[in-house]
Amino acid sequence: MDVLGGLSQFIPELALICGGMVLLIYGVFNEKNAGPTVSVAAIGVLLAATLLVAASYGQDTTVFAGAFKIDAFSSFSKIVIFAAAAFAIMMSDKYLSADQLSRFEYPILILFAAVGMALMVSANDLIALYMSIETQSLALYILAAFNRDSRRSTEAGLKYFVLGALSSGLLLYGASLVYGFAGSTSFDAIAKVATADGAGPGLIIGLVFLICGIAFKVSAAPFHMWTPDVYEGAPTPVTAFFAAAPKFAAMALFARALVGAFPEAIDDWRPVIAMLAVASMAVGSFSAIVQTNIKRLMAYSSIGHMGFALAGLAVGGPAGVSAVLIYMSIYVVMTVGVFACILLMRRRGGNSEAIADLAGLSDTDKSLALIITILFFSLAGVPPTGGFFGKFFVFGAAVEAGMIWLAVIGVLMSAVAAFYYLRVIWVMWFDEPAAAFERGGAAHLGFTAIVAALLMIPGFWFLIGPLKSAADNAAMALF
Amino acid sequence: MEIGLGHYLSVAAVLFAVGMAGIFLNRKNVIVILMSIELMLLSVNINLVAFSQFLGDMTGQVFAFMVLTVAAAEAAVGLAILVAYFRNRGDISVDDANFMKN
Repeated sequence: MDVLGGLSQFIPELALICGGMVLLIYGVFNEKNAGPTVSVAAIGVLLAATLLVAASYGQDTTVFAGAFKIDAFSSFSKIVIFAAAAFAIMMSDKYLSADQLSRFEYPILILFAAVGMALMVSANDLIALYMSIETQSLALYILAAFNRDSRRSTEAGLKYFVLGALSSGLLLYGASLVYGFAGSTSFDAIAKVATADGAGPGLIIGLVFLICGIAFKVSAAPFHMWTPDVYEGAPTPVTAFFAAAPKFAAMALFARALVGAFPEAIDDWRPVIAMLAVASMAVGSFSAIVQTNIKRLMAYSSIGHMGFALAGLAVGGPAGVSAVLIYMSIYVVMTVGVFACILLMRRRGGNSEAIADLAGLSDTDKSLALIITILFFSLAGVPPTGGFFGKFFVFGAAVEAGMIWLAVIGVLMSAVAAFYYLRVIWVMWFDEPAAAFERGGAAHLGFTAIVAALLMIPGFWFLIGPLKSAADNAAMALF
Repeated sequence: MEIGLGHYLSVAAVLFAVGMAGIFLNRKNVIVILMSIELMLLSVNINLVAFSQFLGDMTGQVFAFMVLTVAAAEAAVGLAILVAYFRNRGDISVDDANFMKN
């Protein structure tokens, strides 16, 4: 049977699904103290799934009658997503138990969201695309409202739900038009119809709706309004998760949907993506300047970073897609590291979120100040750090494809963005010290932050080469 | 007059626009937003079924069933979040959902 054959290709996802359900049953029967056990087990399941994906790396098949495609691109994306999800669970432990939020549902919801994301990056059909996005989103809505006794968290969940459902509606309307005018939901069949001169207005309108829907999911401007509120309102470990894995998954889905289903119609979608990229870079750079809450700052920072990644997607071609993958991989590492640091900003009676609380951190906690400095230099894309390479490959691809104007705007915007990153660094090193943060008992967070910061310093440049060749390999699978 | 594909698509487009307007214009009640979302999803279903009939291809109807299922799941999650929100806030007016400033 074709279906059974397909299942055998789906072992990593099946491991996550079955693991999640077993843990759910375990949690229900040991409700009182299941939290930590389930967290550790969920990390184990994610690591196992990562190894399974890595073991089957390099195959190129479609399963379930072409609904999903398993290739180097999906394997690369799944490894990043599972690793980011595992780190998100690991980082949450201390914070959640300190705030009486340590419920066993939390890691399980992350597992199910990870399943949705793994399906997103391998979706090769409009139905698969929609169903996988919803699998991911429904888990994420609940995670945003996870602190259900907090007004801010439930409001974040509500806003995320309403705007997420709206974006699903847009995406679905686009998908229905694409289906109607292309005559099929399969990306391969759509690609045959959507040729340079064969794509009619119906198909183009559908494509634009589809792009708007996915742009919501990657929080590209002008579809970014939910991001700052959700980032600020959701519990910080949840925000750390939101900023990393789902962004990567949505960006990979974006690349596959455009390059896989509309390869010939690149002149139709390139201007739309380029416009989204420029708008996101501008919103991310300028709006972040006035922020005083570090989670909101990171929200605008992520909008800006999505703009840079979209610039790579606008270039298209193997070089552009490879640049997107490199950029997003580096972005995920930086973001996880920064949020580990934000989680370490803890005083008696709760987490600090104000940038002012970081004042004079270099006096009270030199190592944390140093780590944040490295990560923020990297986010700004200052040359000796890893973040520079992400921007280097994106703008390099843009220049090579003759889109010099896009590269120029990108460089200008990253200069503006550097201003607010440097402002935080200034506050940490040169302002009068604020009260010290509490230390101790947060070894996971310290470990995560140190690893992320180490990966960004010049000593680890030797990793850029393998990352580049893996991303090139993954990008080639789409063409 | 024969009712063709264009008529179905027009009805769906109007319903979709009504749903969208409902989300953005309504300032009173979050429940109305949930209803608007449902309206958008159902207009898509009209599209899908009309295309399916017109193309003689079953995929669209399968897609419509998937959408129905997801719409039900989405409503369940949405209402659950709304209940949690109501417990903290005490009302569900859209204008008051502004605890976080811009």
